[in-house]
Amino acid sequence: MNLNNALIVFRKELRDMLRDKRTIRSMIIIPVVAFPLLFTIIGWAATKFSGEASKEASAVMVHGGDDSPKVMDALRAYGAIRILPYQSDARQEVADKTIRALVEIPDGFDASLSDGHSRQVAIGYFEGDIKSELAKDKLQKFFDDYRDNIARQALAARGLPASLLEPFKVDSQNIAPPSKVGAAIFGGWIPYMIIILCFTGAMYPAMDLTAGEKERGTMETILTSPVARTDLVIGKFLMVVLASVVTAILSMTSMGLSFAWSKRSFLSGSDIQMSIDPSAVLAVIFLLLPLAVLFAAVLLAVALIAKSYREAQTYVSPLVFVVILPAIIGAMPGIELNWKTALIPILNTSLVSKDVIEGNYHWGLMAAVFGMTCVYAAIGIAAAVRMFNREEVLFRV
Amino acid sequence: MIEARQLGKVFNDKKRGEVRAVDSISFTCRPGEIYGLLGANGAGKTTTLRMLATILSPTSGGATVAGYDVVREPTQVRAHIGFLSTATALYDRLTAEETVEYFGRLQGLDSATISRRMSELFKALDMEEFRDRRCAKLSTGMKQKVSIARTLVHDPPVMIFDEPTNGLDVMAARAITDFIRECRNQNKTVIFSTHVMSEVEKLCDRIGVIHKGQLCAEGTLDELRARYRSDNLEEVFVAISGDGR
Repeated sequence: MNLNNALIVFRKELRDMLRDKRTIRSMIIIPVVAFPLLFTIIGWAATKFSGEASKEASAVMVHGGDDSPKVMDALRAYGAIRILPYQSDARQEVADKTIRALVEIPDGFDASLSDGHSRQVAIGYFEGDIKSELAKDKLQKFFDDYRDNIARQALAARGLPASLLEPFKVDSQNIAPPSKVGAAIFGGWIPYMIIILCFTGAMYPAMDLTAGEKERGTMETILTSPVARTDLVIGKFLMVVLASVVTAILSMTSMGLSFAWSKRSFLSGSDIQMSIDPSAVLAVIFLLLPLAVLFAAVLLAVALIAKSYREAQTYVSPLVFVVILPAIIGAMPGIELNWKTALIPILNTSLVSKDVIEGNYHWGLMAAVFGMTCVYAAIGIAAAVRMFNREEVLFRV
Repeated sequence: MIEARQLGKVFNDKKRGEVRAVDSISFTCRPGEIYGLLGANGAGKTTTLRMLATILSPTSGGATVAGYDVVREPTQVRAHIGFLSTATALYDRLTAEETVEYFGRLQGLDSATISRRMSELFKALDMEEFRDRRCAKLSTGMKQKVSIARTLVHDPPVMIFDEPTNGLDVMAARAITDFIRECRNQNKTVIFSTHVMSEVEKLCDRIGVIHKGQLCAEGTLDELRARYRSDNLEEVFVAISGDGR
């Protein structure tokens, strides 16, 4: 390999790419514009709709209770809900989301409270529907308070202290540092986003520098120059890695800034801290480098088979799923880095990045993941070089 | 100097199986001579020239170009040839100057040599006016000049032209044939392929007729005319290759 020639190719490809409007769009404008926009809209929508949902007095129907005016009066006085007249299809209405919940009060409820029989109140709700779950929580709270009140009155009537109701208290508290809590909640998705961005950032230049060159007829021109095919592929490969890393870093910076901004304006009341240590970000970028190399090499090798840009897209698009799958598994809670998962490409980088963002540096595993990804990347580069030396691939007709 | 010795190329085609694109071709072209490879489409001209340019490697036989072996010293071969065809396009987003410079660098020339060669070539080819324009914005004729400058930047002793006038209009084609003659005047070894009889008649010192991958006849225009008893090259061509194909 002649590094000088590879660098001549790289510099030319860089100049060529920077003049290409499509690259600028995919590499710079989309990450820089899209993320702030996305976060602003999501932040605005989340605040607006969740605020509205909790403020709304939930529409509820009550079945029974005609012989229990006390509890009914208390319910009517409870401002968080709005009682609609009972209809026979109330269950259906919960499912249709026309009302939020259905309360069933057994016959003789008021009377049973004084004679000491325990009765059961049923709350019907729509699991998974946020507004319905909210209504359920409000009703649950109402009945808990109502029950405590009655118990307290009963104790007072017998001259016993109210503390009997609660012989001891349980207090569970988060004792992890708030920054780690934020990382544990969101940390899995950050490497996921970065891995996808690394891949998509490499996709367009990899196709343009291989199938695109074939299509435009410049591949034959460059092959008649004395540059060795290995130097040619290394030059192109450096360009694709650069594009991949730049896209990822730009997107991350933009994401970080827009998150910080949207947090300040929308989530100011939230006690979840979402500050990530800058050194962790640097460590993640470093761990990601061999993965960007692997992506670049594989994309070049695959896209070179195609005769045209369009054909290359049909080969490369399915690869997106191959990348997303391990990245998404890595983002899921409960999947952890160990000596086995450290061997699986993409998944291992995703998991190790998650650990680093949470502030857990397992040096041995980190070295293993970095080393393994380097091995995969080397295999990828070897494959790309082999492809460029196969004339049936270069001159496929 | 180009010497092809039993040069052969077999492709493996999925549908057709083994395809013998070039079958044991031998010929020699000398400096100061234009050698024309005449043949119908698919006769094996492009494959032959691509093997000489080391873009494809032969499956049998071999060749030396400017004294270098195409199999053992491909980089040296490419450093001593200029290869031009209508298929060798230019980078749209580079200017004329950048294009020539890029290929000069890949030839291993230093900056001083490149700028000297560029000013010579741009003057000779009358390209000064558009040297800063991007190739995408150039006319076909201008692009051709850039391609010519690209092939000549390292002043190669051997020029290989693969159907260089294919698809060009009369004026553009004429510029190319003038350029080919100029190369001969500079004592370069020139080989070019075509299926256009008139170009062969006008330009070539010696002719090789290629048919189904084989070199069927070789000689000067007069020799071929005498051998096939016809003044008309087209008749000669049909007599050589028209074995009921």
